[in-house]
Amino acid sequence: MNAMANQPNILLDSERHLFKVARRSFVDPQILNAERTHIFDRCWLYLGHSSELAKAGDFVTRSVGKRSILFTRDVKNKINAFLNSCPHRGAQVCRESKGNAKSFQCFYHGWVFGADGGLRSQPGQECYDADFNKNGDANLVPVPRLESYRDFWFICFDRNVQPLADYLGNAKAWIDIVCDQSEAGMTIVGGTQEYTIRANWKLLTENSIDGYHAMNTHATYVDYLKNSSGSMSAVPFEGVGYDLGNGHAVIEYRAPWGRPVAQWIPAWGEDGKREMAAIYARLVERFGTAHADRIATSNRNLFIFPNLVINDIMAITVRTYYPMAPNEMHVSGWALAPQDEGAWARKYRLLNFLEFLGPGGFATPDDVEALEQCQRGFENLMEAPWSDISKGMNKAVPSYDDEVQMRAFWSHWDKCLQSGVTA
Amino acid sequence: MSAASTQIEVTRDEVEDLMFLEAELLDEWRLKEWLELFTEDAHYYVPATDVGPDASPDTSLFYVADDRFRLEQRVERLLKRTAHAEYPRSKTRHLVSNVRIRGRTGDELDVGAAVLTYRTKGGLTETYIGSYRYRIEVSDKGLRIREKRCVLDMDGLRPNGRISIIL
Ligand code: FES
Ligand SMILES: [Fe+2]
Repeated sequence: MNAMANQPNILLDSERHLFKVARRSFVDPQILNAERTHIFDRCWLYLGHSSELAKAGDFVTRSVGKRSILFTRDVKNKINAFLNSCPHRGAQVCRESKGNAKSFQCFYHGWVFGADGGLRSQPGQECYDADFNKNGDANLVPVPRLESYRDFWFICFDRNVQPLADYLGNAKAWIDIVCDQSEAGMTIVGGTQEYTIRANWKLLTENSIDGYHAMNTHATYVDYLKNSSGSMSAVPFEGVGYDLGNGHAVIEYRAPWGRPVAQWIPAWGEDGKREMAAIYARLVERFGTAHADRIATSNRNLFIFPNLVINDIMAITVRTYYPMAPNEMHVSGWALAPQDEGAWARKYRLLNFLEFLGPGGFATPDDVEALEQCQRGFENLMEAPWSDISKGMNKAVPSYDDEVQMRAFWSHWDKCLQSGVTA
Repeated sequence: MSAASTQIEVTRDEVEDLMFLEAELLDEWRLKEWLELFTEDAHYYVPATDVGPDASPDTSLFYVADDRFRLEQRVERLLKRTAHAEYPRSKTRHLVSNVRIRGRTGDELDVGAAVLTYRTKGGLTETYIGSYRYRIEVSDKGLRIREKRCVLDMDGLRPNGRISIIL
């Protein structure tokens, strides 16, 4: 920590419009430890979506912030999150990644818990006092904080954290734009994309909200759009980047690809045109033309500090990622869709998703390559110690392909770590 | 389907020949020739690992769900210098085994196999373990692939980061 106090991780020169990040931030194990303490143990972290627990008894287990979490909907329809460790002697109670269960039995000695976390029975009950679990010690341990916004559930390991709504702050309005696509609510479509990138987790934060790299990194995707007759509308790339405060950020822009809500492209034919027109008309009824246009035709790469991405582009992906080591992260990606969309729209949404997004798409593999190449480049940090994140600092309104949104992340990240230095 | 094509007998040797040729073309990066092994209405799928082997790409998220057009575009892309994930190109080896004709309906064979693919790039070797399910068209022109589905026996792609080769 002393080393960090002496050497800045960020160099800001407002006069010369320069913003630099020390590459040490991507490789130093001490910095990763500080991130665990001052970021992942203190910030709200995304756990999952209500739609993943559609019925009473549904459960999901997931690794969040280095903990194994059991996410359940109990018989009273209440949503819960527990540390997935047996109160008896510590075994993981639930070993399945998802399912539906009336209760959970730890297989080691056979303690049984309800989906509400309560201990129901244990073999050899007569060997314990009658008031053994009087104070709830033998129940599953709930996560310190669990709150949701528009069906996105978050947990925090710091009991004293500010309420989720305050934490999300300005980002809430952007989550609203995504969720307002549907009157019935949004849903996670079945299927998880899980992969490992051999790079520092913060590189994926940068990349997920980076409008600058598309033309180079994704040249073959743009070629693909040009080759597929009718896969592009006549819309040019243009838009704006915003710092939303609290480390959250977004870029909003127009792009030529088709959007299942609701930017039609010729490849979708007459059926698609009718479907898009109906979706759009309903949005206008609900929100008026200006806001409907925004929901339907603008794209959003939304970043929620520290590691949640909701990209509402040619499809919607929800993505979260955690460091395993300074040079390795685990990524999980899902597809989000309006619950009430028809079979046609769902099918084309998923088709659209896969042509760009995910580790088998025409774009994401090149992002993965770029991030891994950056990580390799950082091997030279003794002689080449700084990354430049200055693009657009000389403008009043930064464009979607400038870097203001990354500076928003880095500034807040630095603040979190500084709080650790002075504490 | 002609009456004649439903009567053509196919042995496992012939099916294996097709699959071993396919593996060789992929490993030698002869992707245009590889495409010729497929029918005009072909599909190529890699489902997510938590949706079951028979899931539909219309309702579940996959890693790859290509129709013939997108499969051609995938090949075009991979042969470009700007397919950065595969530049410089990785070395691959597809090991195909346990080939079995599981059934036949008219002019179509249902074939299963096991596959282990190694990909080496930049000093790192990745492994992809899985099974193949093929729908293979039998005609007087020989055998052609109508559908190829690679179902990974893995927890997601981990420890790998991408499917930038054809599995
Ligand atoms: S550790 Fe769970 S019952 Fe003993
Ligand atoms: Fe990208």
